[in-house]
Amino acid sequence: MKSSSVVNIDGNEAAAYIAFKTNEVIAIYPITPSSGMGELADEWASYNQKNIWNTTPLVQEMQSEAGAVGALHGALQRGALTTTFTASQGLLLMIPNMYKIAGELSPVVFHVAARSLATQALSIFGDHSDVMSVRQTGFAMLCSSTVQEVMDLALIAQAATLQARLPFVHFFDGFRTSHEVTKIQKVSDEVIRAMIDEELVLAHRKRGLTPDDPVIRGITQNPDVYFQARETGNLFYERCPGIVQKTMDQFAQLTGRQYHLFDYHGHPDAERVVVIMGSGAATTQETVDRLLAMGQKVGVLKVRLYRPFSVEHLIKALPRTVTSIAVLDRTKEPGSGGEPLYLDVAAALYGNLSGGHFSKAPQLIGGRYGLSSKEFTPAMVKGVFDELNKTAPKNNFSVGINDDVSHLSLDYDPNFIIEPADGVKAIFYGLGADGTVGANKNTIKIIGENTDLFVQGYFVYDSKKSGSQTVSHLRFGPKPIHLPFLVTQANFVGCHQFDFLDKYDLLDKVQEGGVFLLNAPFAHDKVWDELPQEAQKSIIDKKLKFYVIDAYTVAREAKMGGRINTIMQTCFFAISGILPREEAIKSIKDFIQKSYGKKGEHIVAMNFNAVDQSIANMHEVQYPHQVTSRHSRSRTVAEQAPAFVKDVLSPMLAYQGDSLAVSRLPIDGTYPTGTAKWEKRNIAQEIPVWDESICIQCGKCSMVCPHAVIRFKVYEPPLLNGAPAGFKSTQARDIQWKELKYTLQVAPEDCTGCALCVDVCPVKNKTETKLKAINMAPQRPIREQEKANWDFFLNLPEINRRLVKRSAVRSSQVLEPLFEFSGACTGCGETPYIKLATQLFGDRMLIGNATGCSSIYGGNLPTTPYTKNKDGRGPAWCNSLFEDNAEFGLGMRLAVDKQKEQAVELCIKLAGEIGSDLVDAIVHAKQLEESDIFDQRDRVAALKEKLKGIKSPDAQHLLSIADMLVKKSVWIIGGDGWAYDIGFGGLDHVLSSGRNVNILVLDTEVYSNTGGQASKSTPRGAVAKFASAGKALGKKDLARMMMTYGHVYVGMVAMGAKDEHTLRTFLEAESYDGPSLIIAYSHCIAHGIDMINGLQDQKTAVMAGYWPLFRYNPSLILEGKNPLQIDSAEPSIPLKEFVYRQNRFTMLVKSNPEEAKRLLDLAQHDVEERWKLYKTLAAERT
Amino acid sequence: MDLTTKYMGLKLRNPLVASASPIAHSLDACRRMEDRGISAIVCFSLFEEQIIQESLSLENHLTRGTESYAESLSYFPKPEFFLVGPEEYLAHIAKMKKAVGIPVIGSLNGCSMGGWTKYAQHIQDAGADAIELNIYLIPADLDQAGEEIEKVYLDIIESVKKSVRIPVAVKLGPYFNNMANVAKRVDEAGADALVLFNRFYQPDIDLENLEVKPSLHLSTPQAMRLPMRWIALLYGRLKCSLAATGGVHTAQDALKMIMAGADVTMLCSVLFKDGVDSTATILKDMQEWMQNNEYVSIAQMQGSMSQKSCSDPEAFERANYMKVLQSYSSRVI
Repeated sequence: MKSSSVVNIDGNEAAAYIAFKTNEVIAIYPITPSSGMGELADEWASYNQKNIWNTTPLVQEMQSEAGAVGALHGALQRGALTTTFTASQGLLLMIPNMYKIAGELSPVVFHVAARSLATQALSIFGDHSDVMSVRQTGFAMLCSSTVQEVMDLALIAQAATLQARLPFVHFFDGFRTSHEVTKIQKVSDEVIRAMIDEELVLAHRKRGLTPDDPVIRGITQNPDVYFQARETGNLFYERCPGIVQKTMDQFAQLTGRQYHLFDYHGHPDAERVVVIMGSGAATTQETVDRLLAMGQKVGVLKVRLYRPFSVEHLIKALPRTVTSIAVLDRTKEPGSGGEPLYLDVAAALYGNLSGGHFSKAPQLIGGRYGLSSKEFTPAMVKGVFDELNKTAPKNNFSVGINDDVSHLSLDYDPNFIIEPADGVKAIFYGLGADGTVGANKNTIKIIGENTDLFVQGYFVYDSKKSGSQTVSHLRFGPKPIHLPFLVTQANFVGCHQFDFLDKYDLLDKVQEGGVFLLNAPFAHDKVWDELPQEAQKSIIDKKLKFYVIDAYTVAREAKMGGRINTIMQTCFFAISGILPREEAIKSIKDFIQKSYGKKGEHIVAMNFNAVDQSIANMHEVQYPHQVTSRHSRSRTVAEQAPAFVKDVLSPMLAYQGDSLAVSRLPIDGTYPTGTAKWEKRNIAQEIPVWDESICIQCGKCSMVCPHAVIRFKVYEPPLLNGAPAGFKSTQARDIQWKELKYTLQVAPEDCTGCALCVDVCPVKNKTETKLKAINMAPQRPIREQEKANWDFFLNLPEINRRLVKRSAVRSSQVLEPLFEFSGACTGCGETPYIKLATQLFGDRMLIGNATGCSSIYGGNLPTTPYTKNKDGRGPAWCNSLFEDNAEFGLGMRLAVDKQKEQAVELCIKLAGEIGSDLVDAIVHAKQLEESDIFDQRDRVAALKEKLKGIKSPDAQHLLSIADMLVKKSVWIIGGDGWAYDIGFGGLDHVLSSGRNVNILVLDTEVYSNTGGQASKSTPRGAVAKFASAGKALGKKDLARMMMTYGHVYVGMVAMGAKDEHTLRTFLEAESYDGPSLIIAYSHCIAHGIDMINGLQDQKTAVMAGYWPLFRYNPSLILEGKNPLQIDSAEPSIPLKEFVYRQNRFTMLVKSNPEEAKRLLDLAQHDVEERWKLYKTLAAERT
Repeated sequence: MDLTTKYMGLKLRNPLVASASPIAHSLDACRRMEDRGISAIVCFSLFEEQIIQESLSLENHLTRGTESYAESLSYFPKPEFFLVGPEEYLAHIAKMKKAVGIPVIGSLNGCSMGGWTKYAQHIQDAGADAIELNIYLIPADLDQAGEEIEKVYLDIIESVKKSVRIPVAVKLGPYFNNMANVAKRVDEAGADALVLFNRFYQPDIDLENLEVKPSLHLSTPQAMRLPMRWIALLYGRLKCSLAATGGVHTAQDALKMIMAGADVTMLCSVLFKDGVDSTATILKDMQEWMQNNEYVSIAQMQGSMSQKSCSDPEAFERANYMKVLQSYSSRVI
């Protein structure tokens, strides 16, 4: 039986496919890079797809991985075939249950896209840190190194777990394997059925708990028997390797693909062997083949079954001739005697069981590679083999980095390159927004499905959510492609964004005679002179065939907007030679019909037209033999940037971060703030331009700007001396600033062009009503002028904060934002709230930030947006975890409170030396108003000055904590996934504590950062991942729940609906001496909206009564008033006028109109009932 | 008393037809209209442009922001299928057919020649008894001559007629150089009925927000003068049926339209204003009037006051305007 078919899928889909086919209950929770598995399972279930028992698995999203594994554990105990998918911290959250599941000998497979753990920093990328953290739980562990293996070993694990009665972790490398798209053989239902022993399934079910035949489990044991009972399972572990091998053999019988617990590949008499698992094993195998061809006696031992670790099978798999072995671990255990796989191999080689196989025990070294998806290349593998040739090879080495601190890294020759001689190897540079990656994924499908060629696609994304760059690495060839590393030598390079050429070297990996395709806004006979010198030189030196197309013009004319995907894809097909041109065009059109057909015939026709126009508008460029350009690539950061920015962050910005040596990086993950301003991204096509003649200086544009690029200042008129020509200024209108000048200035190179400022501007030009007091204009022509203006503007003095009336939007916006230029999505709905908080309290803020969008745009390298004022003060920010953020923030508060208390004690103790007047003033300072805080800061400065002269230990202690005497504002910030789901328990507890913390929930009603999975905040009727059929139940009313405490300040805000209310709520919440919770409506790209409409969405949310604005202020109880004040009007429009502005709701209308109608009716009812309730609550007297 | 009439080959129990409007979204309302006496229902329109816009919007929002950041490569699940075409509309036509026993007329507004013919066929296949082409063009191109625009109308009608078997009505606006000539050519192009007249959204200006706002006001009884005049003028001069729409609020209005020559009179604003139950009142009043005035059938009165049959045919032509002015002036004085 060898029935199978070919599919082009990634590792996540391969695993999910088997998991779905072989399970009944699937408990899921999103975490990168494993989310795709859960998403697919949920989608398939929503289509009513069946498993091999012809029933649709029940897919349940949980509130955390701890919840998922708990549900899974329960389902197992009832005898259901159950699975889950996870990674990284998610797997760690499952550990307590994993011990129990293993102890109870429950058959189950966890599919893990292995990922780094958060240590000195979080990383979403791949290594084995997570799976190595569960190797002690009693789970069997099976590792796949390619996408094909993922599908195959997923099934082998599922079959083996039933027989072995041991739970399995089936893992593969996050991103490198989970996200690599390649052509594989799909395992058929027949094979799956043949592999899954029905008797074992029934036996598992029979062990399930039932009151019809009751037993108890989960009991408590005592010193007398726990130990013995712990040993009862030993035989299961002894038998497991044999069972897995037998299962692998059975699989080979059915499919022809044979696996072993340890697969050796290489010279039969090899002397040097690398032991490795995961995708690195495939790289090593390819390298071994090359070295064998060079006559070297080398080999690789690929570890598949890592637990139970079969010493016997390991030893047998190694040639007797081996003299030296390097074990490579994709993890790091600081302080250990070696990394885990190394220690396991060492124990095997030198333990009692190894006797007799080798005439002399081989030399053994171990090292680390590829942490956090660091590239692991054949050059590095060769470097390891070369090391084994040395008489005293380095142990505990690292490879792939330059460790100039502990000098553990191996040297290697980066020019050792393995790329197949035949086929197409292509690299594409694009923007996220231009559709490059999507087009390349389609290309893979077209080639993979329509030809005999093998395909591989891997995609690299940058750390920004707006204007992000993508790099696609594609290989096509006549032989299977097992090259899990980036294309190192391309014969085709596509640059889909002309500006990239000015920033990066895109042609370093193209081989001589290769093809270079450029999207340029210039005619083919003019484009050459527009290239920087470096690009021209590469093209000439490498004798490239150079093609150009003005794809944006073609796209515009074909009504494709900014999506140039189809156009560039067509060009690639036409000139790469991968298929005959006519055949290629037909294939593209067939694919368009197939993939866009369900979205409408018009879209198909539009794309067909784009294909035809692409061919007509692409031209080969004839270029001279010498460099003619007058400009070279631009600097990454400005000359005046701080040294750290220039030396460390700048290489990261230039995609040269791999070259940074260990010594260049901070030792503990501590980085300076205020670095985003040095990264001039210039991603906006258009930026706002101020019309000072009609501006009413309301400050709204500044307030809503997600990227803090619109600022204004008021200043004395003489300060205009030396202003650049064209610097705009007008008379300040606010009475408090009479006699002062007013300037509103845009940061031209930092703006993302979202145009929210224009949308919110309330002023219309009386002569031409389409114009407002701020209008979008093309950036390029005004960039230089506005740069000069911005620089001048920055040097104007900031206002004296003591004098600012913070309670009005107009005047609050003169406060300097200490959060600027983040990489959040263009038009982000979250960042204006954070920016506002930093304007109001930033110079005394401590922030605990939950993992999620706000931690990514808040703290993802290279540059970060939190910054400081001229006095060096600004938000101090830290991200702990996703699940513990409230507790983490509370810890900050406790520390501040304790240190302040201690400081007060020490002040009083040292009053004689400090001076009692100063101590009295410090200790009794109220610090209610901004000016009070400044006064206290002055007193503390005086105190510190005095303390310098006092040499006692008490004085030194006081000096170290004296700053805590100035009021600190502790903020706990995160999204709804944290607040409503995974962190809810902590949030509840922290709010119950009564401590003075401010919790800001940036409520996008979905897990935005991981790609839009439903949370308990997701509203009824919305489509989200994990709620593919539309969320059937309503949103949790977190505000109402927390109001029940009575002592928690609760505010619901929507800046786009009522900015003054938002401002007032922030001020009240912060000043409230107790816990406060602000739930902020945050429009989001995951709502399926044009972000420019985000503020209007907020407005309609409030008008529909969906998002009532209110404040629950416990302070009012003491005044005998009702603490709840509703600040928005009665609903004035039906809910549908709010929801049907957004794709998250309308797409259900398109996929299931009847269900959409049913849910809308229920949701309308929800709104009405909730409004009634709030009105009643607000009407009651306390 | 015989209230029956024939409208483009459809035998109707009386001349009161529900005009194309959102009321038809509710099957319950359709049933109630049938119960209260409506003889046929024109469904709300299928707009090809809306279908295109919705599919573009769907595609736009499903792809926006995707493949940009490693953690969020997309933001929405991929449903197995989407109803991006006219499926929902066609299903509604089918449901209307099941819900009522009276004829159901589909209404179509296309924006491409292929769209007109394809969707007309779909509407026919969904079970509609006839199609009303809701053609409206607001020609704003300074260089486009009126003749070219009229040709577009005629091309659409000819194409649709060739592609369907069921009767095709054409709903026109009054803004032509020579309405009579256009009506004749539409008739010759094969239209089975003329529906006079289409009312368009007329933009308004919001002085508060300085925005142009679309607005649609319910028709007033005065609005019926325009269609009544043209029906009176065209009656007996064309092969196709004539339907009067716009301003018919009472039995008297309906009777006037029939006397002017309409085969059917369409009700819309009155259904919004007074509810669908008002049909029963209009029908009852009609019957009473006919009884009181000793009419035995609709056929008897149809066209009796048309230009062709009335005692003062010139009254429907330009002089009429002059007279009105004069009479108005004399009243003021």
